[in-house]
Amino acid sequence: MEMLLECRNLSKKYGNFCALSDLNLSLKHGEIIGLLGPNGSGKTTLIKLINGLLSPSSGEVLINNQAPGIESKRIIAYLPERSYLNNWMKINDIISYFDDFYDNFSKERAYTMLNKLHLNPSRRLRTLSKGDKEKVQLILVMSRDADLYILDEPIGGVDPAARDYILNTIITNYNENATILMSTHLISDIENILDRVIFIKNGGIVLNSSVDEIRTEHGQSVNALFREVFRC
Amino acid sequence: MAWALDNDRPIYLQLMERIQMDIISGKYPPGGKLPSVRELALDAAVNPNTMQKALSELERSGIVYAQRTSGRFITEDEHMLKELKAQLASEHIKDFLSKLKQLGLKENEILELIEHAIKEDD
Repeated sequence: MEMLLECRNLSKKYGNFCALSDLNLSLKHGEIIGLLGPNGSGKTTLIKLINGLLSPSSGEVLINNQAPGIESKRIIAYLPERSYLNNWMKINDIISYFDDFYDNFSKERAYTMLNKLHLNPSRRLRTLSKGDKEKVQLILVMSRDADLYILDEPIGGVDPAARDYILNTIITNYNENATILMSTHLISDIENILDRVIFIKNGGIVLNSSVDEIRTEHGQSVNALFREVFRC
Repeated sequence: MAWALDNDRPIYLQLMERIQMDIISGKYPPGGKLPSVRELALDAAVNPNTMQKALSELERSGIVYAQRTSGRFITEDEHMLKELKAQLASEHIKDFLSKLKQLGLKENEILELIEHAIKEDD
């Protein structure tokens, strides 16, 4: 079966600092993967390389066998760690903007989610709290019918009730062949919905296995194993 | 409401246990249809692939069976259901006994306590 994403011997240096070194990773269709690692371990660098926002120092990234570009941006829905939306815009303006920009955006899905999360579409972004802004951004990303969703810290500032709703949407709403790669520190919240976890440390993958394999082998949760592996 | 799951045991095993319990308790009657993988996954708040695995394991044990296109059904084999019930009961009893023995209770003391508790319950 063809891989959705492949990283081959991927390295990224910032000056003398090696943020990623010789990383190999393959993702199939239809998986939910947690990208876990302490601060500064290389998660965001990896995500930016996959999205073509950084170029590798060596090695390559392939999405459906092609280097990142226009085609990969069409099939990847990316939630960056920081907002790039204009604060003066109203939610419904941004939705029209996304609808115009992406051919796989569903306005209907966006409005359903806004309604469920009690967000009024005529509010301007700058009038929203930090958590509500995060919700809007996540709704925009999840309303696209993408092959690969890449979510960089998607639920950090969101309250637990909204978090449950968002995770439910992830389980049920998206296409069965789509893959979701998300980085987060809230491991225990997402553990039950993941197929696989990837632990990343000092720019390399130290573990890549299914949640149930971890529980069978180690007799502990992913959350507990993370604390053990990355103990300070 | 998500199902209550332990953190340290494989998720698919716990899903199997929960569904077996729901079958024994009659929530899903013999010959009845199980909800779809997606519905069950949403209800439990777990990954659909994990739910799929739990259901496949239950299928292997014979307690549920798949009809090609119309979904999964509970077995009508009363004997098999009875056996499953006995097996679950004996697991609970083992668990319970080991806990009470940790408290330092002897078998006759445990029996007395159970009899007392049953009377109180009536």
